[in-house]
Amino acid sequence: MKKEGEVRISSGCAISGIFCRDERRINGDAIKKSIAMMHARSNGLGGGFAAYGIYPEYKDFFALHIFYDSEEARNETEHFLEKRFDIINLSKIPVRQSEKITDAPLIWRYFITPLPHMLQDSQLDENEYTSRSMIMINDKLDGAYVVSCGKDMGVFKAVGYPEDVADFYRIDEYEGYSWLAHGRYPTNTPGWWAGSHPFSLLDLSVVHNGEISSYDANRRAVEMYGYSCKLLTDTEVITYILDYLTRKESLSLSECANVIAAPFWTTISTKDEKERTRLSYLRKMFSSFLITGPFSILVGFSGGMMALNDRLKLRNLIVAEKGSTVYFSSEEAAIRVIEENPERVWAPVGGEAVIVTLDKEKAR
Amino acid sequence: MKVIDIRKDGQSEIRRHEGEEILVKGCLGERYIGEGLKSGRMHIEGTPGNALASYLDGGEIYVDGNVQDAVADTMNAGLLAVKGSAGDALCYGMRGGKVYILGNAGYRAGVHMKAYEEKKGILVIGGKTGSFLGEYLAGGMIIVLGLGYEGERITGYFCGNGMYSGTIYLRSGEMPPNLSEKLKSRYVGDMEKEEVISPVVTDFAHRFGLSPKRCLEGTFIAIEPDESKTNSQLYVAV
Amino acid sequence: MKRYRIRRYEGCISCMKCASECSFGAITTNGKRELVFHHERCTDCQRCVSFCPSGVLYITEDENRYKGNRVFTEDVINEINIQAETGSALLSSMGASGDDIPIYFDKMLLNASQVTNPSIDPLREPMETFTYIGKRPEKIERNGEGEIVDNLPPHLELETPIMFSAMSYGAISLNVQKALADASEKLGTYWNTGEGGLHESLYKYSANTIVQVASGRFGVHERYLNAGSAIEIKIGQGAKPGIGGHLTGKKIVGDVSKTRMVPEGLDAISPAPHHDIYSIEDLAELVMSIKEVTGYKKPVMVKVAAVHNIAPIASGIARSGADVIVIDGYRGGTGAAPKRIRDNVGIPIEVALAVVDQRLREEEIRDRVGVIASGGIRNSSDVVKAIALGADAVSIGTAALTALGCHLCASCHTGRCAWGLATQDEELSRRLDPEKGAERLFNLVSAWTREIKEFMGGMGINSIEALRGNRMALKGTGLNEKELEILGIGYIGE
Repeated sequence: MKKEGEVRISSGCAISGIFCRDERRINGDAIKKSIAMMHARSNGLGGGFAAYGIYPEYKDFFALHIFYDSEEARNETEHFLEKRFDIINLSKIPVRQSEKITDAPLIWRYFITPLPHMLQDSQLDENEYTSRSMIMINDKLDGAYVVSCGKDMGVFKAVGYPEDVADFYRIDEYEGYSWLAHGRYPTNTPGWWAGSHPFSLLDLSVVHNGEISSYDANRRAVEMYGYSCKLLTDTEVITYILDYLTRKESLSLSECANVIAAPFWTTISTKDEKERTRLSYLRKMFSSFLITGPFSILVGFSGGMMALNDRLKLRNLIVAEKGSTVYFSSEEAAIRVIEENPERVWAPVGGEAVIVTLDKEKAR
Repeated sequence: MKVIDIRKDGQSEIRRHEGEEILVKGCLGERYIGEGLKSGRMHIEGTPGNALASYLDGGEIYVDGNVQDAVADTMNAGLLAVKGSAGDALCYGMRGGKVYILGNAGYRAGVHMKAYEEKKGILVIGGKTGSFLGEYLAGGMIIVLGLGYEGERITGYFCGNGMYSGTIYLRSGEMPPNLSEKLKSRYVGDMEKEEVISPVVTDFAHRFGLSPKRCLEGTFIAIEPDESKTNSQLYVAV
Repeated sequence: MKRYRIRRYEGCISCMKCASECSFGAITTNGKRELVFHHERCTDCQRCVSFCPSGVLYITEDENRYKGNRVFTEDVINEINIQAETGSALLSSMGASGDDIPIYFDKMLLNASQVTNPSIDPLREPMETFTYIGKRPEKIERNGEGEIVDNLPPHLELETPIMFSAMSYGAISLNVQKALADASEKLGTYWNTGEGGLHESLYKYSANTIVQVASGRFGVHERYLNAGSAIEIKIGQGAKPGIGGHLTGKKIVGDVSKTRMVPEGLDAISPAPHHDIYSIEDLAELVMSIKEVTGYKKPVMVKVAAVHNIAPIASGIARSGADVIVIDGYRGGTGAAPKRIRDNVGIPIEVALAVVDQRLREEEIRDRVGVIASGGIRNSSDVVKAIALGADAVSIGTAALTALGCHLCASCHTGRCAWGLATQDEELSRRLDPEKGAERLFNLVSAWTREIKEFMGGMGINSIEALRGNRMALKGTGLNEKELEILGIGYIGE
């Protein structure tokens, strides 16, 4: 059987997110409880979490989570890393063995920083330098897969139900101010763990529910700009589009929302002139990045989180607030299970991003 | 009144008491509650899950809080009254009975509701709705009251897109944005308001202890398909 | 070339209608009000058959066949004889007919949504075929307040991704151009003047007109250039890559002469190349000179024939400052072309489009330029497949003429078109009512647009840009691995 990336696999899903605007760090129990509530939206073939603020002692270094198929792959990758980065710390990621999670790869964690002379020679900034190196590992090194590579964050994912994945990775032992979770319902077996979500690049991580109909138009567009879609999943292409638009085109996240979930022309025509010009410009300029078909996504980034629905709102997404905590989920019950009395509960309008950031930061 | 703790007693306990008045408490995302129910009266506490009251075939369901997606799907008869708000695709394909939502409804409320012989689906939303209200409407009546949203837009975009029968009433003086050219809209006259809207809204108000007068005050707009713009010339045989 | 026989069943009422309709002299009358058939002149244009009130007339292929063999077929023998007699190159018209060259559109099947994502009903939900075509700047710009500045160059705006191909006044009649212009206005798309200038009466259609600049530069002047919504530089066309044009002096009469600004009776010759373009940097110079004279307010398009190295050519055009690349494939039509060239030079549009789109992506410039495909687009599924391969839009020529009455007899070059399309004969060109013609064109494109929306809705796509280059929408059948690789698609079932 082909593994994910050699074939494109459709998925249905559950997504959930918790964000503490006051930077209060909470452990992984709450997010596990929320995503487990929606057990019926997953089928045991993929679950995962992204957490921000979990490595404060190493917050200036890129944190790598890497899957290896073999010791050879690990040796080769570490050799590759050593030539380009200063490895500050490396260790196996601690797991709790369970019969519900099987076929685990070798799972390693590294804290690294680019070697100064190499970075200087490359004429790139450290983000671009690091992301290119990571894409190279995924692309060229057999049996190695970088799961996440941002600072002070990490992705924990596996083939299994999300609650079992949480136990396997002992996420109750991590504390973060921002958590994303994903339960997957793929139509066939992904064949390897990398196919699970969240998908992440640098500090961006994305969970997604839906199947987009514009996939190949989007993939071929983003691959123009140095990205290589290895998994053929929606989440991967959405992550790359967001990375491209924010990091290389300097769009704000709300502008990104106007690109990927652009309003219909008839809707644009009802806006005032300034807004009409702005929305038309974004739609014309970045037309290849319009995403059609159903999606609801949560995007985690350093200091913030964004929620966005497709413009027809073909997938469900609920947001709730209580004090300085913001909750996101595919179903309201998955929020109420961890916060019985939110002060505000609402369903965002299709195509309109909800962006929350730490109180101490302003919107990116 | 029989009290059922859904997490302890499960769905089967609800079925065992069909025809009685029961209280179902502690709901948190449990799907399919009240599916196909034919009689009795059910009170629900908490947040019931998707597909609540689908195929409802009689009886009454009262929900204390919010409801999720695909509620009252293909409903045939009976009453569902929700004190909170509803998610997306409310009343899809509903053929008969009444659904009252005191709060707001999400996208595609009343999508492809119908009427058949003596059956006529009725949906009343106390607050406002998302886009695609009454999409593909094939019969029945949708009323959006916009209570608390006076002076604001109470529906989203593409209201009534593709509807080919039935009526959408909005308690609003403002036409919805980008209304399809295949629809016609008009202000509702006093007689129609008295005879058609008033009985339904009065019942709605009583269920939630509101003043019918308040729910009925102001202008109503009606949206209906424009029969002169049918799609009969779309296809030609070869 | 085939030989035909004109036949008649019992029941002819000798009304002589067929004789008056036949513009090729194949049916005439003698002094005794009897029909005389000159079979050798018949082109099988079907005009007489269509107009026979009794329905008793029909045309067949001549059953008297040369024996020939698999190599030397009847057509081959015929052509040898003609060339032996005349010492001339063979001339024909319409698109290539190379029987063994695959029509790749027919070997690709489209996708639809089932369960994992929803299909969309185009009658009831928004479905956007609106297309902007043009250049995009490399980077966005912001003003002091951080707001985005509109730095987009001018774009073409199409309600539907179907335009009308360039067909010049001279090659086709003014009535045909009137019909095309009128239909374009009603449809919200564009027609293209071709290289024969723009007749005074058509300046009012400026908002839906693309004016062409070809190597002959006929009728090109400042007012003409500024009358177009876009200017197309024609380098070549699919029916005759590498070959210029030749409108005989016979057709340079009256308004054609005026519009082309060529003296009556003098041949209008379009040189094979533009003599100010011998290299790619020269193209950039012409593009910029046109932009200069039109005040940078109009997109400039460059039309080329699909040839073997079309990918690097297109890439060069994209870098020349042009806003849109128009690629005309092997099967593209023409009013007159050397038959050998027409049937043996160039490559099919599907392949050209696939390699151009891929190359522009590899060079990271696909998003910066528009791509229009033409040459043998026959119906809405061809349009959808072309867009999925990577086109922004397509343009149609033969299909449009067919809607106006063309029966593909391939006799355009004779100037005696019985349907009043490819002719300057006043009597004949009156046979097309431009209003009726515009209505038929409007109907055709509207019907295709509706079908395109159904295809898109089936795939769960509600915006044409999400279909563009979406090659997963296509799978091939009956193609070898190399063909699949070049088209960039999988095999059915993959």
